[in-house]
Order: sequence, then structure tokens, then C-alpha cells
Amino acid sequence: MTATETSPAGASAGAFGQRLLRKEDARLLTGEGRFVDDLQIPGALWMAMVRSPFAHARIRSIDTGAAAAMPGVRAVLTGADLAGAWAAPMPCAWPVTDDMKAPDHFPVAQGKACYVGDIVAVVVAESRYQAADAVDAVVVDYDPLDPVVDLEDAAGDRVVIHDGLGTNRSYTWTLSPDPEAVDRAFADATHTVSERYVQQRLIPVAMEPRGVVAIPAPHGGELTVYSATQIPHILKVMIAATCAVPEHKVRVIAPAVGGGFGSKLDVYAEELIAVAVARRLGVPTRWTEGRSENAVATIQGRGQIQHMELAADAEGKVTAVRANLTADMGAYLQLATPGIPLLGAFLYHGVYDVPAYHFECTGVFTNLTPTDAYRGAGRPEATYALERAMDALARAVGVDGAEIRRRNYIAPDKFPYESIAGLTYDSGNYEPTLDRALELVGYDDLRAEQRRRREAGETRHLGIGLATYVEMCGLAPSRVLASLNYGAGGWEAATVRVLPTGTVQVVSGTSPHGQGHETTWAQIVADRLGIDPDAIEVLHSDTAISPIGLDTYGSRSLPVGGVAVAMATDEVIAKARTIAAHQLECAEDDLELVDGELRVRGTPAKAMTLQAVAMEAFTAHNLPDGVDPNLTAQVTYDPPNFVFPFGTHVAVVEVDEDTGRVELLDYAAVDDCGPQVNPMIVEGQLHGGIVQGAAQALWEEAVYDDDGNLRNPSLIDYCVPSAAEVPNIKLDHTVTPSPTNALGVKGIGEAGTIGSAPTVINAIVDALSPLGITDIAMPATPERVWAAIRDARSTQSGTGEGAS
Amino acid sequence: MIPAPFDYQRASSVDEAVGLLAEHGDEAKLLAGGHSLLPLMKLRLAQPAVLVDIGGIGDLSFVSDGPDGTVRIGALTRHHDLAGSDLLRDQVPLLAEVAGQIGDPQVRHRGTIGGSIAHGDPASDLPAALLALRATLVVRGPGGEREIAADDFFTGFLETALAPDEVLTEVRVPAVPGAGWAFEKFNRRAQDWAIVGVAAVLTDGATGPGVGLVNMGSLPLRAAGVEEALRSGAAVADAAARADEGTEPPNDLNASPEYRRHLARVLVRRALEAAGG
Amino acid sequence: MEITLSVNGQERTSDVEPRRLLVHHLRDDLGLTGTNIGCDTSSCGACTVLVDGESVKSCTVLAVQVDGREITTIEGLAAAATGDGAAGEMHPVQQAFHTQHGLQCGFCTPGMVMAAVSLLQENPHPSEQDVRLGLEGNLCRCTGYHNIVRAVLTAAGEEVSA
Repeated sequence: MTATETSPAGASAGAFGQRLLRKEDARLLTGEGRFVDDLQIPGALWMAMVRSPFAHARIRSIDTGAAAAMPGVRAVLTGADLAGAWAAPMPCAWPVTDDMKAPDHFPVAQGKACYVGDIVAVVVAESRYQAADAVDAVVVDYDPLDPVVDLEDAAGDRVVIHDGLGTNRSYTWTLSPDPEAVDRAFADATHTVSERYVQQRLIPVAMEPRGVVAIPAPHGGELTVYSATQIPHILKVMIAATCAVPEHKVRVIAPAVGGGFGSKLDVYAEELIAVAVARRLGVPTRWTEGRSENAVATIQGRGQIQHMELAADAEGKVTAVRANLTADMGAYLQLATPGIPLLGAFLYHGVYDVPAYHFECTGVFTNLTPTDAYRGAGRPEATYALERAMDALARAVGVDGAEIRRRNYIAPDKFPYESIAGLTYDSGNYEPTLDRALELVGYDDLRAEQRRRREAGETRHLGIGLATYVEMCGLAPSRVLASLNYGAGGWEAATVRVLPTGTVQVVSGTSPHGQGHETTWAQIVADRLGIDPDAIEVLHSDTAISPIGLDTYGSRSLPVGGVAVAMATDEVIAKARTIAAHQLECAEDDLELVDGELRVRGTPAKAMTLQAVAMEAFTAHNLPDGVDPNLTAQVTYDPPNFVFPFGTHVAVVEVDEDTGRVELLDYAAVDDCGPQVNPMIVEGQLHGGIVQGAAQALWEEAVYDDDGNLRNPSLIDYCVPSAAEVPNIKLDHTVTPSPTNALGVKGIGEAGTIGSAPTVINAIVDALSPLGITDIAMPATPERVWAAIRDARSTQSGTGEGAS
Repeated sequence: MIPAPFDYQRASSVDEAVGLLAEHGDEAKLLAGGHSLLPLMKLRLAQPAVLVDIGGIGDLSFVSDGPDGTVRIGALTRHHDLAGSDLLRDQVPLLAEVAGQIGDPQVRHRGTIGGSIAHGDPASDLPAALLALRATLVVRGPGGEREIAADDFFTGFLETALAPDEVLTEVRVPAVPGAGWAFEKFNRRAQDWAIVGVAAVLTDGATGPGVGLVNMGSLPLRAAGVEEALRSGAAVADAAARADEGTEPPNDLNASPEYRRHLARVLVRRALEAAGG
Repeated sequence: MEITLSVNGQERTSDVEPRRLLVHHLRDDLGLTGTNIGCDTSSCGACTVLVDGESVKSCTVLAVQVDGREITTIEGLAAAATGDGAAGEMHPVQQAFHTQHGLQCGFCTPGMVMAAVSLLQENPHPSEQDVRLGLEGNLCRCTGYHNIVRAVLTAAGEEVSA
């Protein structure tokens, strides 16, 4: 699998599984790709947002006069000015409990700002520069209030943020099938582990900041919106619902989108403001986010405090898991904010066969930027808590981290596995991924080298960390979503059209922004039709072209959208068979599809190409009765279950005791997402995901001061790693197909991130465990690591002296 | 993140730049590569009314042998050209190495030694190197040219001895071929500013060893205690233990003062060891 | 004020505000939107173009500062179109990014490619570590850099390990 040959375009039958080079690349490599800010829109006005510098403040008054008089300024609008534009507050689609408390949230604050960055007024000007100039001239008189920044402080309601709610606690959600069984397991346990972990807030940092253009048609009534979004279809519905534009008049287009990672899975104030202003002024209106603006204006990820407990018997077999979370919602509930921690709620026992389970999460408001989905969304947090706790258990039992995992894995003969948390894991076989990952890094040799360094008293400590994860993805079976109070379904749509001249259009409801669906969907279709993938074009991300869809997030595109593409292709083949059998005067069953041709078995001369069938369907001169004159099929697929990819990751780190610096020396991952449509793309998703998770472990954190100001909004201070900080990554895989879909596939977009943060931190703790260190908070900055070593040394020596 | 408007003037000679500065006074700022000033202007932390662009002055970009055992460097010499200068690699390798670690390649293609020095940022690498090397800075104003020792040049946070109507034209560095040297830059990412940096050169000359510290106070510093210890023959470890003497390191997101003091001691030790001390 | 740049081999004369950033001039005035803006602090490198053949971050350069200079953007890297409707051949670095899957969303890509072109001009036979350090000023969120590094090494004709 380490082979890296790629296939030139033009490979046909058997396209599934090929390392086909991407169709998307040429335009993106040459500057032809068009992101939102690239669009040249004649006459468009530019918006700039006036944002609150206070985390919590009443707005006494806003003086827009000076700004309105500046060159090129066409309007300055406040929350009061725009109040009439909203048919409803901004949407939260996931009221996780019946009694969940949710504040009204309007695109422009009305009366009160609740986080630094909350929009209080909008400047509209003729140019980007003029809009930026006028922002500083808007004078807002604030009455600052006590801000609530700390999560546990917020939960105590010392200051209540939203007056009408009476509390900062939005909801408490519990999954506890048998509480007494959990209590018994802990009472009977030989070993228990009780750990507190902090999931720091993260800034997603898609490389393209957000942007939006709203183009009104005052006379015709149509509204076209270009947005840097992962969810054009959902956005269309929400624009209709919040801006009172009839849905059938709204067209949303996500052009080239520069990454999302969950941060563009949302309905944002600026999108709705662009619509409202464009309609109010009757001209196209646009906005492009700045990077430091993005840090406060776009949702953040994670933000949880986790109390994780394990009970285990003498051998380290886990008998119960108890997880209690406090989750930071931020100031408001965005589209899926309250549900994000719950996407992990079922996975705090992960790959381990555990008989008793308790999960509880309380969502709490703070005066900070709202949180929402960020790569993995709930599942990295669950995996982190569990895999850190498993290492703690290994230390308690006195066995190696690999061994404690082997003792607890769900056995391969137990699949489909009914989990204590209520899921049915589709398929799995965990131990081979561990074996192979350990082999890739040379585990035994590393342990020997680690021993050597320890015995020699060296100050560059070697650490080896591992984690095995399983995640639930492929969002999602609509009925399961209903049981979780989610406001929509989880199906996906696809249309496959064989055009009269024989080339093929595929219309997908997914909305790729880096994932390469134009290539992989073509591979799925080419493989089934036996034609050249270059004869296939995949259309997406424009609600006028692809009217039905639920977009791209939650590692859903392949196991839901890709499966829909395969099913639609099969329907096209069935229809082609019917038409060809009619034309060739044979039974449908006598036809086989080979290399894009329907041939009569045993009489290869008697055949019709798909192109000929498509032309027959187009002319409709001689079709069987009851057959529509087209070679097209549309499928909407609602998956029967989630899919459950899994894998084992191993990290090797070196910790410099003198400085606290952690260097990532090596990283290996063995993942199983079932059959791979395009291994090259799977590997790319894993490389990026792994670095993103490692970045949570080592580099990234949104740091706030006590007043709720973000201290590191720019990429100078928010440390997204570069090529110089990360190693090459060793990948391998196993293949355990999912029995629940026609392709056997599972998602892979989030897996890397889910596995890597605990792997890296486990490696650091492993390196330092001889000093008695059992925890390093994320991110493991040099100073944190140095301070932990110093404190441990001073405890060891008992003299209180530092180690320097 | 767009600069506020300003008047833009191009100077084609140093004298013209001096004249423009004299004409506009405090309102004016010199623009060379722009990599210290433009980021501040984009954040609107700096809003000069007049920018005097000296980037087009052709004869200020050079690295050449001076007559007096110095290497002379034009103020508009870019970091990239310092890093790639054979003369510098031969005569003052520390300076070439330091320049090659500033920012990233794109920054080094624009940023100049004069701009970096005149900005006076204690977190910049070059000032510490020039202190260690006992460099001399040549400036020209309405009254003519004067020389300022690097030790006297940095006067406060982002403040220098440069008068508002003076232009830094040249850096003169004593050639130290064959001397032991090292640059230890500690940061979280390769492109980042140093959390702490140490530039060390071990010469037998009259001034003795030089050790400059990056980001250990409100201005670029020499590690005077370390130098003194080395001059009196102290062992490396003992000299390094004095690295933070007289410093008041900043407290920021990357490090507490206490951690910076510790890092300074570790990095000075490593630098002295690498320099062969 | 009036400036004339040679952009991708063509003389382009414009009247710009002194404060106009080169990146906005290229994108908004000259319509060359391939160069992207990913940050506001010269950190991410998405706006990297070549000035007289060397990589610079065009968000930290005033258009007036490069009056009279030669600018190369991502649009100027591939060979000119042949006139028969076919695109011109891509630059070897562009081709290597394609064959090594060195891009996903493509937003950092133009800047990454331009930085790589400049890097290889200065160091035609870089080691893996040279490439990693040489791209320290360009951030990517999709690829984890693994395939970007392979692409640059491939373009240089270096051996690429798996």
C-alpha cells in the first residue's frame, strides 16, 4: 500500500480503487478556480462590520453620522435599522432537549453585545477600502457589563448572560442506560481512573476566510447568493426562513471553497446581513472576512471540560465508563452548537467492550465566540478522553499501553456490535490496526531505545504514544437524527444522466471544498458503467443545478452521497438494459455491461453502446412502452445506520528536558474506512487530519484574557503549524467493509483528527512518565512541558529546587 | 486590514530622503522593504501621514570589505542577500546565519538590515547579532554623517538614537574570520519571532566575546554578565548561568519572564558550546 | 499615482492610491484573482507572487513600491494557451503538485506553488528538510504538507520516499 503510483486520466473499467489524479487540480493550480472574493460583481457594494470590543456590554447608542458622511459610504445600519428584515432569529437546528434554553440571536446585535466580535453595525460602501475606513468612524456608546469567560464560572451563574433565560446552563443531556450497573462496577473495581481533561478552544482556520455576495433582482424577485459555505442547500432553506425570501426565489452557490473543517457548516450573520442589505438597497452586496476577524467571527471548535472515569478489574478489563462534560456554547447557539458534544456521547467507550456506561453533558453559555462543528465534532473529544484514560489505566495496572488495549478491544466476531451506548457498530476488527501501526514505527526497537536513554540519564526523552479510535460518521440516518431532536434529515441525493452523445453528468447534493468529489464520484460511476472517468462531469454546490442535497460535513459525503451516486448509476444501468433489450430484441437478463457496452451474452456482436442507448432514449423513436425518454436516474438515499471507521495511530516524540520542546519524530496511522474509492485521496485526508489533530496537541489554542478578549487572533500568534514543524506520515490500512451500504464504504474526512491528538499527548506523557508526570494540558507548549518537568523534578528531589 | 491613506514620496538619494524627513518632521516615516512598517500600518497601529520610500536608492545595497578590518553593509541590503553573501559567510558568518533565519524566505526577499535595525524591535534577531559583534551604525542627517555604536543605538522599546530626520545608511561590522560563533533561536514555529534568541561570537580581540540576547527585555541586549564571566575565564556553564542578569524579559503568550530567563541560560550555554567556548 | 508593472510579461499601467496593496492591485484592478489572501499579518503565504523572480508576500508590499518591476503570478506560470482551445502546458511545479496530490481545497496552492518555484530557483536540488524549511512561510490546512513536500521534491527531480 505504500506504493504511490498514480493512474493517468483515461483509466476506465475498474476505476474504483485507482489512484486517479484529480479533475479539480488544473483550475486550482492555475488560478482559474474562483473563490467568493474572486468574483467580479459589477456595481457591488462592500460591507464592513462594526464589532463589539467588549465581551459583554449594553449598547447605549450608536452614532453613525460621521461614518455615513465618509467618501463612498452608502449606508451605515444598526441592529435597530435591520430589525425589520428578520422573519426569525438566526437558526439553531439542534434543540437537543425539550427544555433547552436558547437566546434569540439576531445577525446585528439589538441592545446588547455578548462577545468580542458580536456585530453591532454594518458599514456599506462603494469599495473595500472605503468600507474599512468608515468602520472606525462609527461611534458606539457601550455600557460594559461583567463578562463571563471561564466555563465553570459560567455554569455557576455568577453573572447571567442572557437576561430572559435566568441561567447560563442551556441544557443537560444524559445517556445512562443503567446507572446502578455503573455504580456497582465502580464499587467492585480493582482499578479506577478518574481524570480531568480540558479541550481547549480551537480556531478552525480554513485557509480561505469566509465571504458572501448577495445579488438581488428587485423587479424579478430572485436572489442569488454566493457564499464560502459547506452547506449551500441548508443555507438556502435558512435564508428563506430568516429573511422572508420565498425559497423558490433563492439560489445559493458555493463556488470554489477554500476548506471548511466544520467552520463553514453554519448559517452566519454576515450571510443574512448581505441578503438583507442587498434587498434593502437593491444592489449586489458583498463581504469578505479578514483573518483576524475570522478568529472572532467564525465559530470555534472544542471548548469542553471532561471528567472521565474508568472502572476495571484486576487484569485491566474495563467494566464501566463514566463521562461528565461541561461544554462551552459560547454566547449564542449557532446551527448545531448544542449537538456537537453529543456526537461524541456514544463513543466514550470507543473500541472497547464495556458493559456499563454513563454520559452526561451540560451546555453552558459564555461571553465568547460561539462554538460549533470543528473537524471531528465531538468524536475527537471522546476519543481523547478515552484514550488518555486508557493509558492512565495501563499505568495503574502496570502493563504496556498496547497490552491494555488488546485486553479490551471488541472481538471481531462480535460485529455487528450492539454497544452499551445504544449504537450498532457495523463492522470492525481493531487489533490488526494496532499490530501494523506498531510494526510501522518499529515499536520494540523504540522501547529499547527509550530504556537505553532512561538508563543513561539522557535529557532528551523518547516517548511513544498510541490510540485506537472508532468513530460514527456518515451523518446520518434521518430517524436517528429525529431521536436526537435534530431539525433535519440525513439523506443525500444524486442524479446520473447519460447524455445523448454518451458523456455523463452526475449531479450530487454534496458540496465538496477540497475532498475531490468531482474525481471520486466519477470513479464510482465510471467503474459501474465501464467508461472513461474523463467522460463524466460532476455538478454540485449550486442549488439551481443541484436542487436537492444536504451538503458536506460529518464524513458523510461518500457513505451517503457517494452511495447515492452508485445507486443512481445502477438505476441508469437498469434502464439502459430495458431499452437495449427492446432494441436488440433479447431478454434483459441476457445482457451484460462490459466496457460501456451492453452485450448479449455469448453473442458479442449483438451489442449497443451506452451512447447508442442514450441516443435512443433522447430520440424516443423506439422505446418500450412506459419508459420515459431519457437515460437518467435520481436517487435519494437515507442510510440505515452510521458507518464506523476505525484505526490505530502511533506517535513518536522527543522531549527536550532543558527547554520543554516537543519534537514529533515519527507518526504512523493504520486506518480502516472499508474499500477506498481513491487511496490517494484517502491518504491526503489522513495526512491533513492527523496534522490538524496534532496541532491541537502541540500548537493551537484560542487564548482569552479575563475580559473575554482573544489574545491571539492573527496567524502570528495562533500557531497553525507549517511544513517545517511536522514529519512525514506513515500510512497503511486494513479493509473491513461496512455491510450497511452498497459500496461497503465508510467516511475518512475526520478520522485523522480524531486519532491524532490523544496519540501525541500519550506520547509526551509516556516520555515523561518516569518523572511521575501523568498529564500535560493541550497544547503542550514548551513552557508547559518545561514547567511540568521542573515541578516533577522538585517533587522527586523533595528539595523544591528547579531542574535548571 | 488596509492601511490608512498617506502621502507617498520617493527619494532617489539619501540626501533627498533626509530633506523629505526634515520637511515633514514627525509626520513622515521611511519605507524600505516595508516588512516592519507595513504590518503595523495594516493594523492601523501606525498611521504616518507621509511615507518616504527609499527602496529605490540604488547604492545602499552592498556587502563589501572596509579598509579598517570591517565589513560594510548598505542599509538596504536584504536579509536574503546577507544570508547569501560569500564575503559575510567568510568574514562574519554569524550575521549571515542570523539573517538567514529571519521570518521566512518571502520576508527575507523584502526585509532589509537597515529597516530591521531602525525599527529597534527587541524581538528581532539582527539587533542582538550586531550588539554581539560590536557593530557600528552610520547615519546621515541634515548636519552630515555620524557613527553610532550599536550599544548606544537602541534606547527603548521600538526606540533608537536615530533622529527623526536621519537615515541609517550603513552597518559596519568588525570582521571576525575564524572566530567561534553560534546563533540559537528558540521559537515554536520556524517562521515565528524568537521567544528567546542568543547570538554569540568568541573573539580574542580587544572587545572579547560578544553575546546578544533577543527578546529578553524592552530593547535588544548584550548578556553583559556572560561576557564578563567569559573574559575572566569562567567555564561555559558558569558563564551561561549569568545569561539573564540585568534582563527584564517580557511576559506574553509564548513565555513567562521566568521561562525566558531559564531559556536564556540554556540557549547561551548551547551557543557557547557550539561556538567552541 | 501612475505605476507600470510588467505582470506575467505584459506591461500594465494603472493609477493607484499609494496605500493600494500589491495583492489588491493584482486581484481587484488587474483581475488576476489566482493570488489569494489568507491572512492579514504576512503569515500564511497565500498571496505569494514573484517580484523579479523572487517570492514575496504581496499583502505586505505596496503596489507603488514595485513600480517598474516584473511580477509573476500563478496565472503567468503555465505556458501560454496554444490558441486552439487547449491550455498551455503547466509549469513542472504545477504538474508535480497535480501528480503528487499536493493540493486539496486549492486556496493556499497558488502561493505555495510560487514559493516552491522561488525555492527551487535558489536551491535546485533541495533535501526534504530544505523543502520543509523553505516553505515555512506558507500555511496549508488540508494536506498536512506531506504531499506538498513530495511534490516539490518531485519537481526538483529528487528521489521521493513513500
